[in-house]
Amino acid sequence: MKNKSNGMNYAKYGYLFSIPFVTAFLIFSLYPTIYTAILGFTDCKGLGNTNWSILENPFDNFRNVINNPSFVTSLKNTLVIWIMNFIPQITLALLLTAWFTSHSYELKGKGFFKVVFYMPNIITAATVAILFNSLYGYPVGPVNDFLTSLHIIPKPFNFLTSKGWAKFIVAFIQFWTWYGNTMIVLISGVLGISPDIYEAADIDGANGVQTFFKITIPNLKTVLLYTLITSLVGGLNMYDIPKLFLNGGPDNSTLTTSVFIYNQAFSGSYLYNRAAAASMLMFIVIAVCSAILFYIMRDKDEAKAEKEKKEALKAWKRSQKAAASR
Amino acid sequence: MTTTAGTVPSAPVSSSSDEIKSRAESQKTFKIVAYTVCVLLTVMCLFPFVIMIVNSTRSTTQIQQHSISLIPGTSLLKNFAVLTGKSFNPLRGFLNSLGISFFSTLCNIYFSTMTAFALVAYNWKLRKPFFTVIMAVLMIPAQVTSIGFYQFMYQIGMTNNFLALILPSIAAPTTVFFMRQYMIPSLPMEILQSARIDGAREFRIFNQIVLPMMKPAMATQAIFAFVGKWNEFFLSSILLTKQEKYTMPIMVSLLKGDIYKTEYGAIYLGLFLTVLPLLAVYFLLSKYIVAGVALGGVKS
Repeated sequence: MKNKSNGMNYAKYGYLFSIPFVTAFLIFSLYPTIYTAILGFTDCKGLGNTNWSILENPFDNFRNVINNPSFVTSLKNTLVIWIMNFIPQITLALLLTAWFTSHSYELKGKGFFKVVFYMPNIITAATVAILFNSLYGYPVGPVNDFLTSLHIIPKPFNFLTSKGWAKFIVAFIQFWTWYGNTMIVLISGVLGISPDIYEAADIDGANGVQTFFKITIPNLKTVLLYTLITSLVGGLNMYDIPKLFLNGGPDNSTLTTSVFIYNQAFSGSYLYNRAAAASMLMFIVIAVCSAILFYIMRDKDEAKAEKEKKEALKAWKRSQKAAASR
Repeated sequence: MTTTAGTVPSAPVSSSSDEIKSRAESQKTFKIVAYTVCVLLTVMCLFPFVIMIVNSTRSTTQIQQHSISLIPGTSLLKNFAVLTGKSFNPLRGFLNSLGISFFSTLCNIYFSTMTAFALVAYNWKLRKPFFTVIMAVLMIPAQVTSIGFYQFMYQIGMTNNFLALILPSIAAPTTVFFMRQYMIPSLPMEILQSARIDGAREFRIFNQIVLPMMKPAMATQAIFAFVGKWNEFFLSSILLTKQEKYTMPIMVSLLKGDIYKTEYGAIYLGLFLTVLPLLAVYFLLSKYIVAGVALGGVKS
């Protein structure tokens, strides 16, 4: 009981210590979000325009954006590029995870490989985009140089003007930067699984492949879902690479939603209202994704502890009753 | 790095020699396949950087003849002169990025630890709802609110002001989340109690007792906050329009412009200069970084 009254005394410090976070959040995060939402309903356009009003038909911008073929293309591109990067990424990450956590086969140099595979993730995405742009240069560029000198292709090919290749390369860059990260996350997920389960499987004579599909994958469900959703949200925001690799081109084939929003607002036309409407549409998609993640990441242990506490209390009361009636 | 918790006893003693043989055989095939794939992936990860580094020392003519070479050239200084002769100013960009990343990391880590402390050490009415809010906004990216943010900053004249990029770091939900996860098991309330008995104020307890105890977690989070800020491109490219305010990623984007169109050597050198600090940091701290990534994925 003494502890409780103590906690009451100090409760105000809980509020006090949260003030910086809350203040910064309200000013730099919540207010801009609401502001963006409002701008979506206005006629705000033009550089430095602070003189705007709500439209007569407030949903005009939204209608306009949804009917804009570029926006539709950008949504499709974002999804296609994300899928093209995520499927190989998760497959390779799972394969490497299986190898690196295998109980029957011990691989040497795991630490080294982890460090190397993660490295692209830490390099500035802007730099990576321009580096790949140079690597795929036409007519002279390392990739073309490599392919022609090995006689795989007879003469240099311009990857950067081919719609299909451009998309593929953007997806490849995403894959290249993220598979190491995903692998490390999955490995730590596997290491979190109780070794007893593996021991039991081994005693039962399960082989490596069986163990992986029957034990590792099912136990990794939460981590896999976490990876999926964080990757999806990250993919929806893909900006640096498509913007700097080919600026959304050729012919909008690498135009992602983020690049679309940037182009609407900050290059040439300054259509802040349309960009804001597009942002809000994206915001809704991301909010749904976060809600799913929030649900799976919620404090299960705490909820469980609470439940146990209640049950213990009930049991105690019951035993008290039993004692009284006796 | 690797835990031995999962090691399983070796093959049963009773297995026949045939079985041992086939097991050894499959061990061998597995190892060949696994190492081949790993080595290929290593090449895939490193090769672009190797080309970049080697080509940054070669002249444009050399690169035009053969873009791939493992032999460094002698044109490093010439490339540097070409590079800095135009709008690319690596030192300026480096200092700007360093300043922004440093102060934003400081704000991020200090205030996130403070917020986590408020969530862990005190029992206040709004504690749970507050944590729920933090969890809910964990994933909202800067992009979707950027239009409002830009307009807001424009109105109060904060574009081209580094504070507009630093101050928002005070509210960093991700860091708060991880600091809380770390603090719950590692901060004994008894220490706080005894400090109180000794007459310490709460603010002093936080600064002099809690902060030192959180050092390992703070260091890991600091690396990620710093690198994240260093690489940040979207918001800074919107807010910073003056050349002397450019950060490293914005400098990089200049390399794509027409002014460097055929100066291949200079472009590679420019790219190399922007990743040099990151590569240095990574190879010094890779152990902590990889461990930090592993921590991030799963809730402990």
